[in-house]
Amino acid sequence: MSARGTDPHAIDGKFPVPGQHYDLVVIGGGTSGTQAALKGAQTGLKVLLVDENPVPGHQVGNDVPWFFGGRATAAMQNSERMLETVFANMDHLEPLFDAGVEVQLGTCAWGVYRNGPLVGSLPSQVVGLADAEKSWLVGFDQLVLATGARDLPMAFPGWNQPGVMGAAALGKLLSLYDAFAGRRIVVVGSHELGLETALSAQTKGIEVAAILEVRDAPQADAAAVTAAGIPIRCRTWPVEAKGGLGGVEALVLSDGTTLACDSVVMAIGLVPMLELHDAANAARQFAPNRGGWVPVADSNITAVGNCAGLPDTGFDHVAYRQAWMEALGGACGGDTVICQCEEMTLADLTGVQPPRYLDRPPALQRRSLSTLLADGPPNQDQVKRLTRSGMGQCQGRRCRDQVAMILAAEAKCKLAEVPLATHRAPVRPLPLKVIADWEESEEMRAGWDVWMGIPTQWVPYADIGTPYEEENRRVLGGNMSL
Amino acid sequence: MSAQKVVVVGAGASGLSTAWWLARSGVEVTVLDKGVVGWEASGRNGGGCSHYQSPLFKEEQRLWPQMDELLGYPTEFSPERIVMAVTPRQLEQYTYIAQMNNRLGHRVDLLDAQQVREAVPLAGDNCLGGIHYRFGGHANPHRTVQAYAWAIQDLGGRIVQHSPVTGFRREGGKVTAVESTTATYECDAVAIAAGPQTGTLLAQLGIDLPLAAARAEMIVTEPAPMMKLGGVDGNGLYGRQTLRGNLAYGGGPHEWVEFGDLGPEVKPSTPLTRNLARRLAELFPNAAHLNVIRSWAGVIEMTPDGRPVIDRKDNVTFCTMSGVGFGLSPASGHAVSDLVLEGRCSFTDIDKLALSRFDGIGEGWKTQKGWLPL
Ligand SMILES: Cc1cc2nc3c(=O)[nH]c(=O)nc-3n(C[C@H](O)[C@H](O)[C@H](O)COP(=O)(O)OP(=O)(O)OC[C@H]3O[C@@H](n4cnc5c(N)ncnc54)[C@H](O)[C@@H]3O)c2cc1C
Repeated sequence: MSARGTDPHAIDGKFPVPGQHYDLVVIGGGTSGTQAALKGAQTGLKVLLVDENPVPGHQVGNDVPWFFGGRATAAMQNSERMLETVFANMDHLEPLFDAGVEVQLGTCAWGVYRNGPLVGSLPSQVVGLADAEKSWLVGFDQLVLATGARDLPMAFPGWNQPGVMGAAALGKLLSLYDAFAGRRIVVVGSHELGLETALSAQTKGIEVAAILEVRDAPQADAAAVTAAGIPIRCRTWPVEAKGGLGGVEALVLSDGTTLACDSVVMAIGLVPMLELHDAANAARQFAPNRGGWVPVADSNITAVGNCAGLPDTGFDHVAYRQAWMEALGGACGGDTVICQCEEMTLADLTGVQPPRYLDRPPALQRRSLSTLLADGPPNQDQVKRLTRSGMGQCQGRRCRDQVAMILAAEAKCKLAEVPLATHRAPVRPLPLKVIADWEESEEMRAGWDVWMGIPTQWVPYADIGTPYEEENRRVLGGNMSL
Repeated sequence: MSAQKVVVVGAGASGLSTAWWLARSGVEVTVLDKGVVGWEASGRNGGGCSHYQSPLFKEEQRLWPQMDELLGYPTEFSPERIVMAVTPRQLEQYTYIAQMNNRLGHRVDLLDAQQVREAVPLAGDNCLGGIHYRFGGHANPHRTVQAYAWAIQDLGGRIVQHSPVTGFRREGGKVTAVESTTATYECDAVAIAAGPQTGTLLAQLGIDLPLAAARAEMIVTEPAPMMKLGGVDGNGLYGRQTLRGNLAYGGGPHEWVEFGDLGPEVKPSTPLTRNLARRLAELFPNAAHLNVIRSWAGVIEMTPDGRPVIDRKDNVTFCTMSGVGFGLSPASGHAVSDLVLEGRCSFTDIDKLALSRFDGIGEGWKTQKGWLPL
């Protein structure tokens, strides 16, 4: 093994041991994360719990981590005030302080790294953390992911304007941030998520114009909603959101009627936030009753709460989403935007066309998703590379799930058969200056090379075996530009 | 008689370009890959196309400006590059590179700090100067690999994905068929450009190609305002501003790795992301507020001297590019296709890329160099 040290430009020994190490790190300060942290502390472990709320104001527009859909108030830009508000609304965290758990709010986890296939150079397994100013790594023995579930947006004409948002985002804006900018909403979906969303919004003084349901009947016990006077309209779905500069003003429905509203709240489903788990190459399985792909625990990483999968009530979330996809997809035209960041339309996606900044020569127009699928099974990463769907600054949160569903439909296969598009650290967008390691090791600095550091690689062919070869090495010393 | 029916092993940039050149010559060509087109290094690289050190340089430079038209699909090729220094040592090295290129007849201009800042709005006060390659450039690897694949199909060639090659059938010292997990493909000649797996495949044919494999990483930011010239790097980084505006950069320490015959299933990145981000923020202070949105890793293979091998033995032609294979692919495919069909490269001398330079290298070379995985 000592021989390895003789390549000064290899990574060996360049990653320092992290300054802090915890027996247990918990990501997410909801109820399940809090319980996990408390339990750890009670058994004598040194525990750190981080929660990304309040998210930095500049990330709200990227829908991190929920689909805020432009309906957060300007208050979210005031980080100090938000920290106070969020802290006050997370009073379930209080027992943690007495139990000696270290708690850091406004701190996101953006990567989990450990040695395994293709990586052997880490001195310990680490989780990458960041606040609005800086990033750092902490070592852990056990990691509990309690990151919850994120929104499942779905495209229909006009969904790409402020006011179309997710149920989880609305819930957080109302209960955690006190920062919802809407007054009158339409809720899309009537299983528990939709019904609960409508009820809690009404409790907070928001007017609920209707709950829409694509199927024949409400998908959960609607007694409380009916008692509250909230109409549920079955076999009815949005066909277009109309609006002006400030976003949504009305929602046109499949039965030809129009509802005035400023916000359309997508409550079709929630997606367990397994991106950290997946970026760490941990195992996962497909569980339709638990919201799709869910993490599988291993000896170091466990998921709890909604991150581990939605509670299994016997409801098939995947089938329900597909029913909505059929209806909303039917309302879409070829020009309906699917990927908001990259402005990729449905026609671009099914045509596997490149982004608009490129020409589309005749040969390209003969290509399509069906010709691509004739060459091999559906692969969302490949489609992403070609169309840029999911490649933008929201990191795919807004479109990756629906693109997977569209691929499954086009390939006439099960959603479970479309490989999950890869998640990569950082799983939250982080400014260069924040994620940067400003205190890197001397070994890293001294051993840095632009590309491999093999001096003979860069000697011009004509110079090989001439005195220039020696000069080249002397001057460049193995640090060379491509 | 020249080969009529050729099997190419590996749908990376090298294999695809080879197949494209063969198809253009009227050969019946089949490309086999263990996975998806361009899924390995060829779809994970920096997109740089400025390899003045290579004997294939002139052909690389001749072809790139025409590739969109020749292939019929966009590659996002954009000409020229600027390399900018933020330390005196970098400036000294870049100046040397400029002089060396000018001596060789490749035009590189020296830029002072002000000139760099004019050309590169993302540069800051820390910029000390730079050099401007009046050649080379960059392209989009994802688009390029698919463009090759589609162009091959348009010429009647076949691309078979998810079909790992497992062995070869031989008669009288010649390969007569290539065996894969899905089918056996008969051929008059075979070209092997299987990246890090090229060595193990050749070993089955009794050819000893010394190769080591390493993991390398890149990061990408959200789009920045478009610069006139996107091929700007320096400060220990290589990379480019994409035509969408994203900053995609790599560099820094690699990790020597080992894996089974079919390569690694996953390609994780590491906290090196943070060191790359730091250097990018130093290179472009005016972009330091931009979000990093992804990182990734890829595997490259290296010969002991870090130079490619392009060679032929009997009816087996092989190509391994030692970490510079994307940009050179239009030219390397031409060279490999020439070797398959004519036994020699038609457009330049590539003798120093022959495998024989490693004759008798023996088992211990990786240990000696310290090119071993942990
Ligand atoms: C991070 C990074 C940055 C880089 N930057 C640049 C750059 O800026 N400019 C540049 O020119 N180069 C760059 N490179 C190097 C460049 O990407 C590679 O040299 C080039 O892509 C090699 O292409 P290839 O076709 O020879 O090999 P690969 O891309 O490795 O392709 C080999 C193919 O063979 C297939 N294969 C393997 N085994 C089998 C089997 N048994 N059966 C069937 N198929 C098989 C694989 O699946 C793969 O598709 C970079 C590489 C990396 C990783």
